[in-house]
Amino acid sequence: MSVLIYIELENGSIKKTSLETIAYGAKVAEKTGGKAIVLAIGSADASELEKAGRYGAAKVLHATDQKLEHENSMAYADILVQAVQQENSKVVILAKSGLGDAMAARAAARLKAAVVSGVTQLPETDGVFTVTRSVFSGKAFAKTQIHSEIKILVVKKNVIEMDENAVATENAEIVPFSPAFREDDFKATVVQVEKANTELSLTEADIIVSGGRGMKGPENWQPLVDLARALGAATGCSKPVSDLDWRPHHEHIGQTGIKVAPNLYIACGISGAIQHLAGVNGSKCIVVINKDPEAPFFKAADYGIVGDIFEILPRLTEAAKKLK
Amino acid sequence: MLAYYLSFYVNCEDKVILRSVTIHNHMTMKILVCITNVPDTTAKIAFTDNDTKLNKNGIQYIIGPYDDYALARGVEIREQSGGTLTVLHVGGAEADPQIRKALAIGADDAIRVNAEPLDSYFTALQIAHIAKQNNYDLILMGRESIDYNSGVVHGLVGEMLGIPSYSPVMKLDLDGNNATITREIDGGNEILKVSLPLVLGCQEPIAEWKIPNMRGIMTARTKPLNVVESVGSEVLTTPEKYTLPAPKGACKMIPASEAETLIRLLQTEAKVL
Ligand SMILES: Cc1cc2nc3c(=O)[nH]c(=O)nc-3n(C[C@H](O)[C@H](O)[C@H](O)COP(=O)(O)OP(=O)(O)OC[C@H]3O[C@@H](n4cnc5c(N)ncnc54)[C@H](O)[C@@H]3O)c2cc1C
Repeated sequence: MSVLIYIELENGSIKKTSLETIAYGAKVAEKTGGKAIVLAIGSADASELEKAGRYGAAKVLHATDQKLEHENSMAYADILVQAVQQENSKVVILAKSGLGDAMAARAAARLKAAVVSGVTQLPETDGVFTVTRSVFSGKAFAKTQIHSEIKILVVKKNVIEMDENAVATENAEIVPFSPAFREDDFKATVVQVEKANTELSLTEADIIVSGGRGMKGPENWQPLVDLARALGAATGCSKPVSDLDWRPHHEHIGQTGIKVAPNLYIACGISGAIQHLAGVNGSKCIVVINKDPEAPFFKAADYGIVGDIFEILPRLTEAAKKLK
Repeated sequence: MLAYYLSFYVNCEDKVILRSVTIHNHMTMKILVCITNVPDTTAKIAFTDNDTKLNKNGIQYIIGPYDDYALARGVEIREQSGGTLTVLHVGGAEADPQIRKALAIGADDAIRVNAEPLDSYFTALQIAHIAKQNNYDLILMGRESIDYNSGVVHGLVGEMLGIPSYSPVMKLDLDGNNATITREIDGGNEILKVSLPLVLGCQEPIAEWKIPNMRGIMTARTKPLNVVESVGSEVLTTPEKYTLPAPKGACKMIPASEAETLIRLLQTEAKVL
């Protein structure tokens, strides 16, 4: 019996959300009396993968192959299934992301396993295995009992506190993993990959500075970007902003865009429509800057400033630069 | 005219051989669009029966917004290249108005699997079962439903059918049997070429939402809506209880003249910097 944790790599490093997933999986392993085993697909140095031990993993299965260079949820899911079978895993954990959901789904179909996505707490393991997950775009939570022998959980960001040294201090043992491949999983040809040249993706970011229609036009974004830089934050936007092509589509946050859960979300000139709030209600702390004191966003905020963004943003940037 | 000619031809000749030819000419493209029936995005969520059921009182139901994108692109492809577009819903009769709306927007016929969509696995099983009987070239749906936000049904269906699945897809172009897809990946996007059949989870800007016109609404009334029973009965999950998030504390207002203090408060009080 073991808990298998799939981690995502980015340029050879374990993504931050995946470190959280390891810590989460280690806690589940502790509760269910098994080992926490990590599966990593793609190139990474042993010294990086060993880190998994500090978050509670006993072992890292590492699969690398030229064929696996491009993100391929079908092939990755097949490898996940092989790892689950080899390790006799009963619980499988992935971080919530497009890839995480896709792998979880395809593996679930193969393993006849229940898949629950959007998990927000550690499971209850005494009695029926029960998980809590976010539903209705963050407007509610649902407790769900899982009855299948193998259980696949896709876990949201910021679900547990991470303490790098709390669980274990040992480095994890790295074991090369050589899966068999299904030719069918490699039918597609990748023509082009475009990555935004920001270091931080929205789903990974701890801080997000986001702009709405109140920014008035794409030419006015610099002060917002400056604040984001000063805070080490990623930038996001409301739906009309990306619809108008002021900002790229992958920055669109909300019910029909990306759902984010940073520690800090700073909304600049966003009114706070319910569909926008549905994408940010997992944030720990929300700051709203809006010239309209009646803007609905203030009701969902922890801190608010009523005022003109163009006047306030540069001052916040200056104050942020003075930190530390 | 060409379409008429070809369908006549198909009926007279060996269908198996002709099928590959006609796909190449976009003529028998069979599209399935799966839709969810979900509370409107502005709905206030509350629960009844000891917090075990959604309180449907006063809730307006809609086609899932992402499914609406899938439907819109499906209709465009159907209009450009002929073939058929079937819309599929797993759920009770309360969804029939939304299914009729999809027919009014441009689907040719509809199938409703008459069963409570218990969870992702069960729903995918129904879709895969229908798909196996009909050999669709393209199965489109939203990237996720907005009630459970799971985003796993396309992957489940793809694996159950043994065909590729991609999500979230922002652009889809077809050249005969070959699809060019732009999909979102973490922090960017990827363009790939892959041949049909495919299952795709869609999101904007794949197409613009379509509003039914008067003619569509009239013809939708007589388009077939076939109700079928579900398959498989194994229960992998059961819902237990719903809860609402803890109410947010009051918002601390900072005068604009003292905006800089925000940064200090974020560091010392909220401890997020
Ligand atoms: C089905 C559906 C799905 C949707 N999904 C999403 C979604 O995923 N994400 C999303 O964001 N929206 C979504 N929307 C749209 C949503 O309803 C709102 O229309 C949208 O969020 C509004 O964007 P906004 O706040 O940027 O613009 P507005 O509502 O126009 O607000 C602009 C704000 O800027 C303020 N402002 C203006 N000038 C200044 C200034 N100089 N200084 C300070 N403040 C200023 C104004 O007071 C105002 O509050 C959806 C809508 C529908 C129907």
